[in-house]
Amino acid sequence: MMRDALVYLAAAVVCVPLAKRLGLGSILGYLLAGVAIGPWGLRLVEDVESIMHFSEFGVVLMLFVIGLELEPQRLWGMRGAVFGGGTFQLGLSGAALAVGGVALGMPVTAAIVAGLALALSSTAIAMQTMAERNLVPTPMGRSAFAVLLLQDIAAIPLLAAIPLLAAHAWTGGSPPWQQAGKVLAAVIAVLVIGRYLTRPVLRMVAGSNIREVFTAFALLLVIGIAQLMSLAGISMALGAFLAGVLLAGSEYRHALETDIEPFKGLLLGLFFISVGMGIDFGLLEHTPAVIVLIFAGLIVLKVVTLWVVATVMGVGSAQRWLFAALLAQGGEFAFVVFGVAETAGVLDAQRAGQLTIAVALSMAATPLMLLLHDKLAAWRAGRSQRPDDEIRESGNPVIIAGFGRFGQIVARMLFASGMRAIVLDHDTEQVELLRRFGYKVFYGDATRLDLLRAAGAAEACLLVNAIDDVADSLALTDRVREHFPKLPIIARARNVTHYVELKTRGVDVVERETFESALRTGRHVLENLGVDRFRAREIADAFRRHNLATLEALVPHFRDEARVLSEAKAGREELREFFARDRAQFETEQRKGWKGGS
Amino acid sequence: MICVVHAHPYPSRSRTNRVLADALRAVDGVDFRALYDLYPDFDIDAVAEQKAVEQAHVVVWMHPVFWYSVPALMKHWFDKVLAYGWAYGEGGAALHGKHCLWVPTTGGDEPDFTPTGLHAHPFAAYEPSVEQTARFCGMRWEPPYVIHDAIAIDDGALARHVAGLMERLARWRGSRS
Repeated sequence: MMRDALVYLAAAVVCVPLAKRLGLGSILGYLLAGVAIGPWGLRLVEDVESIMHFSEFGVVLMLFVIGLELEPQRLWGMRGAVFGGGTFQLGLSGAALAVGGVALGMPVTAAIVAGLALALSSTAIAMQTMAERNLVPTPMGRSAFAVLLLQDIAAIPLLAAIPLLAAHAWTGGSPPWQQAGKVLAAVIAVLVIGRYLTRPVLRMVAGSNIREVFTAFALLLVIGIAQLMSLAGISMALGAFLAGVLLAGSEYRHALETDIEPFKGLLLGLFFISVGMGIDFGLLEHTPAVIVLIFAGLIVLKVVTLWVVATVMGVGSAQRWLFAALLAQGGEFAFVVFGVAETAGVLDAQRAGQLTIAVALSMAATPLMLLLHDKLAAWRAGRSQRPDDEIRESGNPVIIAGFGRFGQIVARMLFASGMRAIVLDHDTEQVELLRRFGYKVFYGDATRLDLLRAAGAAEACLLVNAIDDVADSLALTDRVREHFPKLPIIARARNVTHYVELKTRGVDVVERETFESALRTGRHVLENLGVDRFRAREIADAFRRHNLATLEALVPHFRDEARVLSEAKAGREELREFFARDRAQFETEQRKGWKGGS
Repeated sequence: MICVVHAHPYPSRSRTNRVLADALRAVDGVDFRALYDLYPDFDIDAVAEQKAVEQAHVVVWMHPVFWYSVPALMKHWFDKVLAYGWAYGEGGAALHGKHCLWVPTTGGDEPDFTPTGLHAHPFAAYEPSVEQTARFCGMRWEPPYVIHDAIAIDDGALARHVAGLMERLARWRGSRS
């Protein structure tokens, strides 16, 4: 067990950065790592089967995260693209590939299953590539996402339907009506758990303020639902996706995503490694012509049908080939489908092996196709001058970290004036309360880099650091300064030390939380002593100006205590003199007015 | 109803304005609005000010003259309260027909406001911008009640001014036009 872990991790650590450096992308790196350690490489791992089984859980986690990102309203807004464009793509590409399969001499049932499976694209590859190229918010990116989404949804019934296509589907199993009842019961159980049970439990767990228990619960939730689904004999991935969608609207969305993400990434990596290990190079040796034919047919048919889909979905003509190149590869679900189909007897082992290799090759070809596309596009752009730039949709322009007494006022002012902001807070009770009032607040620790990313720190134009805990506030500032150096910060300071710490970290705007209210209180006192209200304001204004100037002068020498003391003392003296002068001037003006020297 | 809009940044330092203000506050049916007390941060509540003015049929603008003009907050009151669609422009008829009495107090005396005096012009030369502000909003411009020598004025003269102002206002008190 430990030895295997050592092998996997070492292979990943060596191959993935290498593949990325070569511009091949991380997925290809994992596949190569798998090849390297597998039966056709160094033979370091023997039990490929069970590893594959375990790592399929990565796919389950991926679907949970996809579900989490799918707020019902957002899904509703994309319904035309998802269910229209996506279904069209699956039907068209699937039909073309199935015809190709029949032409290769496959039985019709097998050709349909293989065609639909090959029509699926790799969500992992396509989404990661689009994110790297900043294409996700473009109209083309949205169309691609819609297609991928429908594929992810469709993969689930496809997997469920394969045993039904097999002649011996129900031998030894329970009768169909009993099976249907079990499925229905499991789906209802997931709905009840996701909708009604999870949130109170999450609140309780988050309330305990023990980070790892929250992570443990997140994993428990997904594993539990997956187990429930597999008991009912249906796809674990479907259950995880459903649970994700049900939690998409909850305040714990970002926190759950953040906690699941590393597990998802590692297990998906393991999944790709096991795919690499599973590639039967013996087959490639024995039937190279068939495999090359399947691979070439897959790429050609898919690129052509995807180009048609892009045209129908209204993707700009300059982006259609990019759309096709992004989605042309076979997807991770194809491996699962082939495995299930082989077990069910729909595909024979040799054909399943050939298809698996072809899909793996198509994945490997994606970076090369994109490279080719870029070269062609650059060449075409050189010929005809029309760089029709897509307008990028911006996310939430402002991130507010901390929604306590302080951040709340800032956020409410922004909302009232029609600005959009994403709010993060880690006080469960506060988040619950504010959600009841209709504020969109997300639970999570804003000092965590992954959460900041999820909140859109890379695209935001401003961060309001309103965290009350000084250490957390400084941690957040450091994190942002390091990873998003262009993101301006407006910060709340608890006290002068905190103020200086923030200023030394290059924070542009810092407000001491009690300073303004103390000045106002001072004004009330002066007013009560008979000073005119406007005069009291002027005194406060003068005090503020002087105080800030003194403080700014202190910032560079704050570690030098003696210097600080002397500066502060000098500042106080200066202020006294200033007020004396101001008072004298004021008295003269009031007494003499316009009469000049008289 | 008479609405007195008063702008003096330091009322406790003023003599003339304070005496006039005290007298006006005591009059029944006068809504006395001391702008620098109400809005020391210049955060004028335009809606509240408009409501107060709408209640009145006489509007008094009373203030010391600063640099041949109104104090900053009085000017800000013009800018915020005399708004498009309320005081002028489309549908802006809220002030139509109301009487407007200007009560400026100056630190100078009569000889200062002569061609050879400190201010080089008769005081009337500094009047048009305020007058036209009122007229532009459809108000009836009344002859201003100007009080000179506001700093050095003696008690007797000040009392006569208070009485004079009261007499001017009495003409409109109780009447609706």
